[in-house]
Amino acid sequence: MRFDLVVIGASRGGLAACRTLLSGVPRDFPAPVVLVQHRLEDEDSPLAALLQQDCALPVVEPRDKEALLPGKVFLAPPGYHLLVDGPCFALSVDEPVHYSRPSIDVLFESAAASHGEAVLALLLTGDSVDGTAGLATVKQHGGFTVVQDPATAEAPAMPESGVAAGVADQVLKLDEMARTFRSWGSGGT
Amino acid sequence: METLAISTLLEAIYDRTGLDFREYASASLTRRIRMRMEAEQVGGVAALQERALRDPDCLERLLESFSITTTAMFRDPGFFREFRARVAPLLRTYPFRRIWQVGCSTGEEVFSMAILLQEEGLQERTRIYATDFNKAVLEKAKAGIFPLAKMKAYTENYLKAGGRGAFSDYYTARYGAARFDPALVRNVLFARHNLATDASFNDFHAILCRNVMIYFNRELQDRVHRLLHESLIRLGVLGLGDKESLALTPHESCYEPLNSHQKLFRRMR
Ligand SMILES: C[S@@+](CC[C@H](N)C(=O)[O-])C[C@H]1O[C@@H](n2cnc3c(N)ncnc32)[C@H](O)[C@@H]1O
Repeated sequence: MRFDLVVIGASRGGLAACRTLLSGVPRDFPAPVVLVQHRLEDEDSPLAALLQQDCALPVVEPRDKEALLPGKVFLAPPGYHLLVDGPCFALSVDEPVHYSRPSIDVLFESAAASHGEAVLALLLTGDSVDGTAGLATVKQHGGFTVVQDPATAEAPAMPESGVAAGVADQVLKLDEMARTFRSWGSGGT
Repeated sequence: METLAISTLLEAIYDRTGLDFREYASASLTRRIRMRMEAEQVGGVAALQERALRDPDCLERLLESFSITTTAMFRDPGFFREFRARVAPLLRTYPFRRIWQVGCSTGEEVFSMAILLQEEGLQERTRIYATDFNKAVLEKAKAGIFPLAKMKAYTENYLKAGGRGAFSDYYTARYGAARFDPALVRNVLFARHNLATDASFNDFHAILCRNVMIYFNRELQDRVHRLLHESLIRLGVLGLGDKESLALTPHESCYEPLNSHQKLFRRMR
């Protein structure tokens, strides 16, 4: 399978899960990776630095209108929704969705609207129901959806919500996702 | 959702009201339109347009949904801390100064600036022009009444922003609301101004335009940057939102950053 854009959503338990997942992303990964991790609004948040520790690609918080290019992991900044708007990112301070800004649904829905079937969306651990509607939209537009196996999630409610809604094309464990990512680099199989 | 139907809708709105959303960033706008379609229970963009043109209340609700008015007092405290440390001394060198707060929303940012200026002894000879294209928020801004429940967070912001007094001295609490001292804004002029269609109306020593242009597309952003540049005196200061940047705008080379972390720039050309 070939995707032009990978979007990931995580909530409680997401830091450890994302670190495992990102450790699988090879340096020559062919698509931009965009991540919403639910977070509080805090100017001095160390989240990007923490995620950087196991990731071969630079982890950055995009600025408004920054280009959506491979070679980086883009992390939604605190206090903003992160949207995909064609070839670039857009930020917004629209009201929180499911009590969250950034929200996973907002990212997933905008990615689906602008990149359609080229989107791969992954929903990981969390207590929220954020992300389920977004996965549905990704599927509607022909994209592919993967949900973390709830039995392996630190907080199973969010992936369970995706599975229950019938919007998961595949249910995988984190290390299986990481392995798939690794295989997409030139070093892969 | 069909891009064509959306641009037809935006044309129709412009035609009817003179409000120009044609160059707003499409991802956000698409989301708002979809939410309105669900709330109005119409099946498509064309149906929404038809209803909005027939029913003034529906049009009003749609327009309201296009104006995202989220704001807070001392939002991004580091910005205000730097403004105090770097911009206040510059402002002090002028006998009289004008500040433009663009897209001031319900006024929280204006009251924050007014408090800062007062604490820096700059209030007397500074006039703030606070503008927004949304009439309803300007009325709220003038009143200066904000939810009491927010005061705890705002007090923290105020302290992080380098506040020198007791934040609670600036308001009186009553019926779940905090009413800010009207004397704070006696030198503030609240007025309507639309960045998409109105021209420059004065020159300023400092301009704040934070989290407004994120809702615009590139072309409109570039035009607004020209407008702001025209409206700043030489060596005047431009303040942007935390995730906004001058990079890639035609005016990048006209400014120098005042410091590396916060979004404060000085007009050099
Ligand atoms: C998200 S609020 C930002 C408020 C404040 N500057 C802050 O950062 O807290 C954006 C404001 O920009 C205003 N706005 C949007 N488009 C505008 C336009 N074309 N002209 C003037 N104001 C506009 C909205 O009405 C809203 O009040």
